[in-house]
Amino acid sequence: MSEQNLFKVTIDNITIDVPAGTTVLQAARLIGGQVAPPAMCFYSKLEGSGGKCRTCLVEVSKGSEKDPRPMPKLVASCRTTVMDGMEVKNITSEKVLDARAGVVEFLLLNHPLDCPICDQAGECHLQDLSFEHGKAETRYEFQRRTFEKHDLGKNIQLHMTRCILCYRCVFTADQLTNKRVHGILDRGDHAEIATHIEKSLDNEFIGNVIDVCPVGALTDKTFRFKNRVWFLKPMDAHRDCPTCSGRVTLWNRGDEVYRVTARKDQWGEIEDTPDGKPGWICNTCRFDKKATSDWTIEGPREISRQSVIAQGHYAGNIGTTKPNETFKAVNDGRTPHLLMDIHDESEVNQPNIHLGQIQGPSHGDTFNTNNTHKA
Amino acid sequence: MQPLTNKAQAVSRAPMTFWERLYLINIIKGMFITFSHMFKKQPTTRYPEEKRAFSPVFRGLHVLNRDEEGRERCTACGLCAVACPAEAITMEAAERETGEEHLYREEKYAAKYEINMLRCIFCGLCEEACPKDAIYLSETFAPANYTRKGFIYGKPDLLIPNPKTEASDLALARGVEA
Repeated sequence: MSEQNLFKVTIDNITIDVPAGTTVLQAARLIGGQVAPPAMCFYSKLEGSGGKCRTCLVEVSKGSEKDPRPMPKLVASCRTTVMDGMEVKNITSEKVLDARAGVVEFLLLNHPLDCPICDQAGECHLQDLSFEHGKAETRYEFQRRTFEKHDLGKNIQLHMTRCILCYRCVFTADQLTNKRVHGILDRGDHAEIATHIEKSLDNEFIGNVIDVCPVGALTDKTFRFKNRVWFLKPMDAHRDCPTCSGRVTLWNRGDEVYRVTARKDQWGEIEDTPDGKPGWICNTCRFDKKATSDWTIEGPREISRQSVIAQGHYAGNIGTTKPNETFKAVNDGRTPHLLMDIHDESEVNQPNIHLGQIQGPSHGDTFNTNNTHKA
Repeated sequence: MQPLTNKAQAVSRAPMTFWERLYLINIIKGMFITFSHMFKKQPTTRYPEEKRAFSPVFRGLHVLNRDEEGRERCTACGLCAVACPAEAITMEAAERETGEEHLYREEKYAAKYEINMLRCIFCGLCEEACPKDAIYLSETFAPANYTRKGFIYGKPDLLIPNPKTEASDLALARGVEA
């Protein structure tokens, strides 16, 4: 990109030079922090995404240097490209904050209040969005929409009631797999993500729809109800995978791998691999490699201190590394005299039950003490 | 430094008088105070026979609640465990299977739910965190025990009696508590 193609754009009184053709949202993300508008449907790694959820609305108070008139309405920043000398107001505009609260209210109209059950809770973009921009109460008095259940196969769980119709999973299937078998059926209030005739999603890269889903509509069936994300220990790991980059985040409890996801950046999007390609991961890495021995662990993943996932990890890496100075090591090999071994009494976190190895959610009989579930 | 209150008094170093050295008056004063307590209201509660009423904000032993139909309310969301400052609460979640709808209120439930009463500080944060009205702190305290083992409370210890099938037990429990 040559020099004269740089456009000067001012977002919330911060000026930045960006190449022509950049969207306002991308420019704001370059500035970072609170200036970046939230986005539920836009995904920078997916071509054509964006423009559906309206959470990224911004006010353009000056169109460009040549045409300084403001834009008459709020515009979706993910679909609006910058002009030279454009001035944009995001959090400095009352109108934007008010509109965003309205958008959140609309998104939550039909969204069920099942965060306590939902596996996405704690890393859900809609949760963050409604916490930051929404109102505490709903004014909706009618029945929320419900759907017939669709089975998407053994690895992916669909909860259509939670869907906000962002189309990200549709773009993922279009752009990562050679044949898309799911999509949006019907229209308006009846629009739903489904496969037309009961069909399971089984393409090698289809698991990425779980990572791109901003809500808990598409979740990992192999992790279903195993644990809450904030009790797990995210570790960066990689493996030599013939089909994908193999760079993942492992979500561990102790040494057990409960879930494998791609690495996500600060915008909740898939991180790029060192060679600049998006680090999508294949289904084998995501669903089948649930043993620590399958992976080379690089170290604990940095989690934003504002995230609930950071609870229990204390400061940075402390608490995620195994201490060497155990009682046995510093006391000439003697074991401590325990007044009680918690595993003798407790039925939670039993050493002989390996939840990570169970395909699909656990059931009541999984935890019966006389029943040893070994993979 | 100037005194902040006027309560400070300089210690008198003057030698005691004859009456003061005799101590008789002070002894009589003291015995009068002792005697006057005979006519005051007794603060002692004779415990096993007589029980003191708990304060309405008393936070005692936890109970796991059921709804009117006797289904367990807890959905193993982990908010009590994450709110717990003593890390006393642990749980294992499981999926409700078809045929178990009368047992559990939601799609997910706590297959195992444990409170380590040795760790619990009875702060009540679990009760505040619970989005499903599932955990409450009752007006009893954890009974004493000879071993540490007895303080790991599982679901059988915590769940209230089923209002459908064990209504009399529930009434009894309520009556004792109230």
